[in-house]
Amino acid sequence: MKKIGVYICHCGGNISEVVDVKKVVAFAEKEADVALVRDHEHMCSETGQKLVMDDIAGHKLDKVVIAACSPQFQGPTFKATLEKAGLSPYVLEMANIREQCAWPHFDFPAEATEKAQGLARIAIAKARLDEPLTKKTFPIGKRVLVVGAGVAGIQASLDLADAGFDVHLVESKPSIGGKMLQLSRTFPTEDCAACILSPKMADVGANPNIHLWAYSEIEDIQGYLGNYKVTVRKKPTYVDPDKCTCCGECVDACPVAVPKELDEGLSTRKAIYLASPIAVPHSYVIDDKTCLGIFPLACGKCQDVCDPGAIDFDVYPESITFTVDTIVVGTGYEIFDATQKKVYGFGKYENVITALDMERMIVYASEGNPMRPMGKKIAFIQCVGSRDEQVKNEYCSRICCMYAVKLSQLVKRSDPKRDVYVFYTDLRAYGKGFEEYYKRGQAEGVKYIRGRPAELIEDPRTKKITLKVEDTLTRDIIESEFDLVVLSVGLRPHPGTERIANLLRLAKSPDGFLQEAHPKFRPVDTLTDGVFLAGTVQGPKDIPDTVAQASAASSRAIRLMNRGEYDVDPVMAFVHEASCDGCGLCVGQCPTNAISLASRGSNAGPSLSGKVAEINEALCKGCGSCIASCPKDALDLHCYTNDQLAEEIRAALAAKKGGDVRVLVFADDMTGYRLADNVGTAKMPYALDSRIIRVPSCCRITPKLMLQAFALGADGILLCESEAKSNPYPHSVSTIKSNLAKVKGILENEKIHRDRVRLVEFVTVMLGGFVKNINELSNFVRKLGPLSAEESGRLGQDMDKKLFG
Amino acid sequence: MIKKIAITSENVDFLEKISKLSDQVITKCDQCGTCSGSCPMVGEMDITPAQLMRMVLLGQEEVMDSKAMWICASCFACTVRCPRGLDVSRVAEALRQITLRQAVDHIDLNDIPDCEMKRLPQIALVSAGRKFTG
Repeated sequence: MKKIGVYICHCGGNISEVVDVKKVVAFAEKEADVALVRDHEHMCSETGQKLVMDDIAGHKLDKVVIAACSPQFQGPTFKATLEKAGLSPYVLEMANIREQCAWPHFDFPAEATEKAQGLARIAIAKARLDEPLTKKTFPIGKRVLVVGAGVAGIQASLDLADAGFDVHLVESKPSIGGKMLQLSRTFPTEDCAACILSPKMADVGANPNIHLWAYSEIEDIQGYLGNYKVTVRKKPTYVDPDKCTCCGECVDACPVAVPKELDEGLSTRKAIYLASPIAVPHSYVIDDKTCLGIFPLACGKCQDVCDPGAIDFDVYPESITFTVDTIVVGTGYEIFDATQKKVYGFGKYENVITALDMERMIVYASEGNPMRPMGKKIAFIQCVGSRDEQVKNEYCSRICCMYAVKLSQLVKRSDPKRDVYVFYTDLRAYGKGFEEYYKRGQAEGVKYIRGRPAELIEDPRTKKITLKVEDTLTRDIIESEFDLVVLSVGLRPHPGTERIANLLRLAKSPDGFLQEAHPKFRPVDTLTDGVFLAGTVQGPKDIPDTVAQASAASSRAIRLMNRGEYDVDPVMAFVHEASCDGCGLCVGQCPTNAISLASRGSNAGPSLSGKVAEINEALCKGCGSCIASCPKDALDLHCYTNDQLAEEIRAALAAKKGGDVRVLVFADDMTGYRLADNVGTAKMPYALDSRIIRVPSCCRITPKLMLQAFALGADGILLCESEAKSNPYPHSVSTIKSNLAKVKGILENEKIHRDRVRLVEFVTVMLGGFVKNINELSNFVRKLGPLSAEESGRLGQDMDKKLFG
Repeated sequence: MIKKIAITSENVDFLEKISKLSDQVITKCDQCGTCSGSCPMVGEMDITPAQLMRMVLLGQEEVMDSKAMWICASCFACTVRCPRGLDVSRVAEALRQITLRQAVDHIDLNDIPDCEMKRLPQIALVSAGRKFTG
């Protein structure tokens, strides 16, 4: 005998001013298996929770239904209450009579009360079949992969290594350090960038917990949280770092000169080179694309002069494979390619340079070794490649205002006779000490002119640059000549990120940078378990923000690994082994490859192949998309079983009166259900003949369940799902579409309108769209009229034959 | 003398009218001045194209008294460079439409001397006819 306790909350009037709570209590008391029904002013208060705990103890309740606010809101509170009272948190069901009843239907108290009774009935029906599940626990190790060794990767690696975790740091360049290695000074304090970065780089090289894979690329990543198999391809450097003494004789001997990456091509390096004076690993590298000694050996001068014999041309790339538990992605950015902004003539005019070129020029000038003259009149142009629809970058790159404030005053200070102008649209000095630093630049005589230059023209003789711009403050057109124009270029996602994003199934935001799991509360997580973002891979940011995010990413990774095991909700697929015939149709359906066929062993069953489907619970994300593929109903999902959903559907249609219509709305957890809550919170009314049922994803609603719903009296079905690009289950929308196509086909065969079942893709802010879609379907089926008993009956017959032939 | 301007609902009406006529979301204008810097005719204008956008955005109907929109050659330099993707030349066209719809002839093509007529490019005559006659 089941003993269900039902609690109806008044929510301090939020519910009880619309819904007649007494009537809901009276209704619930008549439901089967209900041991007791109570109402309370505030169920979530301590007294409300105590009521539940006392009843569980006193009345030996084994299921609890709370009709109150949304489970998205107080669900975690009540789950904890049940746990404290010794019950499984998975025997709790909530009837959402606030956000999805009292609030949207505030103008119709009688109908709202009826709907609240209906919602309680659905929750009780589901609770009857709830299993006392427990959280699943999986072991996890302490190994982390950090991809990219710029500021973000360095900080994350050091934090993790210092905390005792085993770090594999992979960097594609010969030296770690990233873009910061190229900078002169940092804003707003004007620290020398190399001076503050080099100790950190040295720490990475010296830390015994960090395995540094420099000059290496990620070739492959397979697996899942706690078991990511990583293959790294290590490019040959042709120089043995243990033997190399960094004497530099080889460089003098090398006859090949190519543009130097560190100097943005403003100077040259040899084919054998040290990536930076502070490079880590501190060893020479041979660039095999330009060296004359490799395939065929035409040169070899460096080898001849190398006394320690460190150079060996006969080495090849090697692949290394290792396993990690979590991953931090810090693949950074590249600067906007200014040649795309054709009106500025970058690449064509020698006196138009990027800000990164300017960084290098300042480094060389401050060493007393200027690369080239800077001239007396210098202009900075802001927002090059940022906030510009013409180059398809709408976002603000966040750092350009401040680096221009820095560079302009550095060049002004080094020669106060210089005339320095910054042309800007908006100057954003938002960070700590930024505004003061901007003011300091103004005080030193840098002039800020509000206007975005329209075009640059080079004088072919003097090579000076004429700049045309409106001073939008005085409304005059300035047409003036400059010796040097510096483009404050924005940030673009690094092209190397693409490969990692594909391997790990990471989503991108519209700006092309990687998407965090939640913009407010999970800013460094991704939707792939155990993968975290650090630094500019997630969006433009300055050094302190990058360091903060890298530390946040490592702490999120540590949170998962530190205990040696991690918990997950038991919302996972499972197999009814007695029904599974080992056909394997489901295997290819799983987007995370969680299903495989295992040998049935001695366990006899209906198997043709001697096999049975097996779920890897560490991989299963609980979307339920596999279930529709099984012709034998052998697959199912814990917490949302076929039987439970069928009972919920039956309960949702139970009180339907003759001639009335009813629309079933299945809403996914991530967006649809939240959206319904938000609509309620905004007090936006919608059709009262709808009933919303929560699912992890609408791909859980199999064609069979849809047919069952029609057979039981549903007149329309609306599937509300997160739009594909922000859906936690990226495949779900396409699965739903194929399920839907099947159902629509069957409806057509039975001469029933195919638009009685619909899919709408949502984002959580589309409140009006949600209301519109529910109302439209409700009006549509009202116009068509309810399905006749005969039509429903036809749909309910031979469902398996209709679906699987 | 510094001008004082009031901001009333009539200003909003004017903005909405021009927005509708031009099919542009004029409030997106960032006042960066790219249009002005790009305009080959700006030297002849009494207000810059960006200033014209600003006056429309604030609903200042005095913009109708300015010459800028009539000097606009519809070369679209502003449009192809606008970082906010606005079609500035359509806004100028919308302002011209307001006057043109009053159908007043400002010039008589018959008054143009034959020697000028022979010298002028056809496109100049067509555009003069469109801009200056009802």
